[in-house]
Amino acid sequence: MALRRKTARDDWAARYRSGKRAKETATTISGLPVEPLYTPDDLADWSYEEKLGYPGEFPYTRGVYPSMYRGQLWTIRQFAGYGSAEETNRRYKFLLAQGQAGLSVAFDMPTLMGYDSDDHLSEGEVGHCGVAIDSLEDMEMLFRDIRLDQITTSMTINSPAAILYAMYIAVGEREGLKPAQLGGTLQNDILKEYIAQKEYIFPPEPSMRLVVDTIVFAARQMPRWNAVSISGYHIREAGSTATQELAFTLADGMAYVEASIKAGLKVDEFAPRLSFFFDSHMDFFEEIAKFRAARRLWATIMRDKYGARDPKSWMMRFHTQTAGVSLTRQQVENNITRTAYEAMAAVLGGTNSLHTNSMDEVLALPTERAAQIALRTQQVLAHETGVANTIDPLAGSYFIEQLTDEMERGAQRYFDRIDEQGGVLRCIENGFFQREIADAAFEFERKLEANERIIVGVNAYKDGEGGELPTLRIGPETERDQVRRLTALKGRRDNTSVKNRLEALKTAARGSDNLMPPLLDCVKAYATEGEIMAALKEVFGVYREPILF
Amino acid sequence: MTARVLTAKVGLDGHDRGVKVVSRALRDAGVEVIYAGLRQTPEMVVEAAIQEDVDAIGVSLHSGAHMTLIPRILELLKERNATDIVVFGGGIIPQDDARELKAMGVVEIFGPGTSLQSIIDFVNHGFKGPVPGAA
Repeated sequence: MALRRKTARDDWAARYRSGKRAKETATTISGLPVEPLYTPDDLADWSYEEKLGYPGEFPYTRGVYPSMYRGQLWTIRQFAGYGSAEETNRRYKFLLAQGQAGLSVAFDMPTLMGYDSDDHLSEGEVGHCGVAIDSLEDMEMLFRDIRLDQITTSMTINSPAAILYAMYIAVGEREGLKPAQLGGTLQNDILKEYIAQKEYIFPPEPSMRLVVDTIVFAARQMPRWNAVSISGYHIREAGSTATQELAFTLADGMAYVEASIKAGLKVDEFAPRLSFFFDSHMDFFEEIAKFRAARRLWATIMRDKYGARDPKSWMMRFHTQTAGVSLTRQQVENNITRTAYEAMAAVLGGTNSLHTNSMDEVLALPTERAAQIALRTQQVLAHETGVANTIDPLAGSYFIEQLTDEMERGAQRYFDRIDEQGGVLRCIENGFFQREIADAAFEFERKLEANERIIVGVNAYKDGEGGELPTLRIGPETERDQVRRLTALKGRRDNTSVKNRLEALKTAARGSDNLMPPLLDCVKAYATEGEIMAALKEVFGVYREPILF
Repeated sequence: MTARVLTAKVGLDGHDRGVKVVSRALRDAGVEVIYAGLRQTPEMVVEAAIQEDVDAIGVSLHSGAHMTLIPRILELLKERNATDIVVFGGGIIPQDDARELKAMGVVEIFGPGTSLQSIIDFVNHGFKGPVPGAA
């Protein structure tokens, strides 16, 4: 039987090669070679029980829940924020009224970098790529008339994450809610900032301490809170391959696990609340394989390397965003199509929540119209295409299973190289990640330049450039108003109390106690984010990266 | 004569993929490139450009602060009598803003999807537009 099948395959291969138009080689968008055909031969020694199992059970290749989208659709979670807290509050209420189940806060650059709106470095940046938050007052405005126990909120914030986390807890308290009633996620993944997105402030060691403090605080007091969302998204957007995204993200995850254990937590106390965040790029099957491999790898690492016993510690839950870098300025409407394919890959890969980009994000922040099309793209996917009916429907495909195994092997090779260099922090300091990513980004551009890779409208099918799209503009009045509000707040609050609490924070930062309680004290006294960051910089210092390109 | 170009990320965002790819492509094409790195203020950029005696400054912004920071670079160059240094840019810059910046004196704004060759040609041909593929 096996022999006969082999002969048939050889016959096909001969016919394939004699075909005039057959391409010699093909690769994924990441450069992985792919064959024209996969057969049972590609899955020799492959075991269903070992590699896949059932949904909701180890190794979770098929999904983390037994019923997956039959039980509950993925959470549609559109990332939004611009201008003032008041404007963003209006957009949130609009999104919730449109059927969105959770909020995802985009902060402006000064907030992400720990500067107040009145800092000279903030000039021209206030409210531009997200909402401006300076103090608890802004945070109260951001969530006005939204019941925080009825929704979950994801906050994309990293270096100052612990401060915004404290503000969110304080807003909840004002609503009469206990921390334990709040559900949500902080991105709070500082490692990928050094690796890819570059929104670092403090050096790696004190940054890791802040992350661990939030993990410990959430583990003890906030069972519905994910203190860190370990992110491959930015690594991929910075130009990495799919394998690098997978490997570097999981390597970061292991670094957080090890740091939390070192801080005295037991692995099963915090691991169930670790969540992940991936990119969904244009190479359909490669992405699906990446998502499946990610779950299987993490489950194995948590059980076998860290000895986790609680199955929830083995389960990798993740959010996905479609690839911002895949959007093109040329023929901008094509971005709707790209985003739809990427969204489908994420869902076939079993994502737990999803953000679909708006077609105009390559030009500016999305208009309301563009944001609505992006949201509808997910609703069409969920309700019209049938993808939610069957769990992990591509399982057993010779191609998908082979590619899933290959992604796993590729990640393992990177884990070994990282270990050989002494771990994640050492690889940040020696520039290993940054160099790997810059090389991959350059290789991608080279292929594009040589027309070895086609992007519709960019280096092929260039006719038909549409008219200009209207874009959302943030006027200078946003910055003026924000600075005026901030000045008024500083005149109104109890400045002695602010000063004392900032001093107490510095004292705590010099020691080793958890910094969440003093941070809560600071934000409740309406100390601003910039003031708190300045206090911490005095103790921790700032980081300078090695420049390479 | 080899062109000398200072590239820099101006503003607070850290999206350095584009500026690094362009810097490497220019270097590979024989251009002398000095990459100043992230979070450069207009003052730092102009100071470095004069110190390094460059022919051009290439700035990259993704944060939306381009209408504040790029005009300030032009102003500072004027104050320092260094308007022979040309300024070009790239990043997430809406078309209307690109037109306005060019009217102020920015030589070219390269939008997303610009081919590397067109930026190399632009530099090698004396920083003259228009270049196919530019915004």
